[in-house]
Amino acid sequence: MRTWLALLVAAIVLASLPLAGNNYLLRLATTVCMYAVLAQSWNFIGGLAGYPSFATAAFFGLGAYTSAILQNHGAPLPLAWGSAGLAALIFAALLGGAILHLRGHYFAIASLIVAEMLREAINAAPDFTGGGKGLNLPVLSISVTAQAQLFFYAMLTLALLCTGCAVVVHRSKLGFGLRCIQQNEDAANILGVNTYAYKTAAFVLSAVFVGAAGAIYASWVNYVEPSDVFDVLLAIKPLVMVLLGGLGTIFGPALGAVILLVFEEVVWRNFLTIHAAALGVIIVMLVLFLPNGILALLRDRLPRNEFAK
Amino acid sequence: MTALLTLEGVSRRFGGLNAVNDVSLTVGKGEILGLIGPNGAGKTTLINLVTGVHPATSGRVRFEDQDITRMRPYQIARLGLARTFQMVQPFARMSVVENVAAGALFCGHAATVREALLIARDHLAFTGLADMAERPAASLTLARRKRLELAKSLAMRPRLLMLDEVNAGLNPTEIEEALRIIRRIADQGITIIVVEHLMKVVLSISQRLAVLHHGQLIAQGAPQDVIADRRVIEAYLGTKYAAASSRGAH
Repeated sequence: MRTWLALLVAAIVLASLPLAGNNYLLRLATTVCMYAVLAQSWNFIGGLAGYPSFATAAFFGLGAYTSAILQNHGAPLPLAWGSAGLAALIFAALLGGAILHLRGHYFAIASLIVAEMLREAINAAPDFTGGGKGLNLPVLSISVTAQAQLFFYAMLTLALLCTGCAVVVHRSKLGFGLRCIQQNEDAANILGVNTYAYKTAAFVLSAVFVGAAGAIYASWVNYVEPSDVFDVLLAIKPLVMVLLGGLGTIFGPALGAVILLVFEEVVWRNFLTIHAAALGVIIVMLVLFLPNGILALLRDRLPRNEFAK
Repeated sequence: MTALLTLEGVSRRFGGLNAVNDVSLTVGKGEILGLIGPNGAGKTTLINLVTGVHPATSGRVRFEDQDITRMRPYQIARLGLARTFQMVQPFARMSVVENVAAGALFCGHAATVREALLIARDHLAFTGLADMAERPAASLTLARRKRLELAKSLAMRPRLLMLDEVNAGLNPTEIEEALRIIRRIADQGITIIVVEHLMKVVLSISQRLAVLHHGQLIAQGAPQDVIADRRVIEAYLGTKYAAASSRGAH
């Protein structure tokens, strides 16, 4: 109950943001929501099931291209966005069958290759996808401010959906089974967990919202190109955000999204050229000093009654 | 005696090694079968073969009327075959009660996580772990982790329970306690296969013994007959001792 209340308050506060009338702030908030979707999604497979997926970039790019191509063929916006989510879902279900039997580093490497494969596929079919030149999207016939608000609300809705989904999964049989898999997959299997089905479900959950986010992003920037939507940073940032916020927690990923974006804005402005290096330093610091994330740090400060006796 | 588990000429090869070689064995309903054999005889492999972890390379495994030879471990578990591991396998960072709840939840008896946690408390009380319910599983002593394995398996509501060295590494008092629990499990009508190193332990609870040596079943029958069997003495103590002991007997 308290979790849902917290989610509702966050939703109301964020939804009233456009009233401030600051476009810079609105752009940042849209990005935060998008990051929250990526982080929250990664948490299903990486945090709950313990499978370090780098496939986020692949799902994002797939969603962006699906939506862009559909819109260029005359599909309306909601249909294009929905289809992007669906395409990511189907792709993840098929891909999961191929790579989810791999464990640890092997799974990580296999999932990392997927975005590269898709990027090559896009480049190889320029007539259909625009190839390396990219693809323009139809311009919406509404004012710039209205557009900014539309994309903000779309991302916000997606982030809330994704977080709501996380709340439900965490408390369900699915979430329980994924935690078992994360800690000891063989023991989980022997206890009757259909590990293959559970991992696939987690992988699909990590894809569907990301695919839709890619679609909204493509409409937002009005243009897709392979090097942008299949960017490897899209695969790494979710992981950093979840580690920042708290692995396997409900609000950790969203918190991590805010922290990372603030950090990015500060570093980007001051050290433009060493931005990527600074991101690397954060990852190292995180692993060394905050392996359980900010939420764990906060929780440790509070009295813990369950271990008191 | 109706058969619950039937092995028909099962073998399991790992590369060139015949870990289990043409074993045929029947376990009756409600029986306590002791499975013994020297180190490396293939006892754990036989358990892995029944539970689907390492499926048989040839032969058939039947559970009642169902052929389970090619089933996946989770499917076999849901039919009511539970096992404990020689090397205990808790979900280390989950609490003790959550560990047990997993068994109740995934073998289809508890509808919700909440119900599974309630069922788990009963099994913790039964195995004497009620006070430890909220502790992380990793913080338990070995003896208690072994009992946690038992509680997890019981939460699955098994019809056949395979105990792989649940007593290894325990002191005499802890063994007494474990045996008391095993007898009470058998009283509930659960069929039990006990894999055990300690002869004294296995003789005190088994109704029947089966002996594996180099992957083959070399003897089975009533405990006192089996331990007097020349091949069993050879397997455990060597041919020289067997010859000496049989001279002494005659």
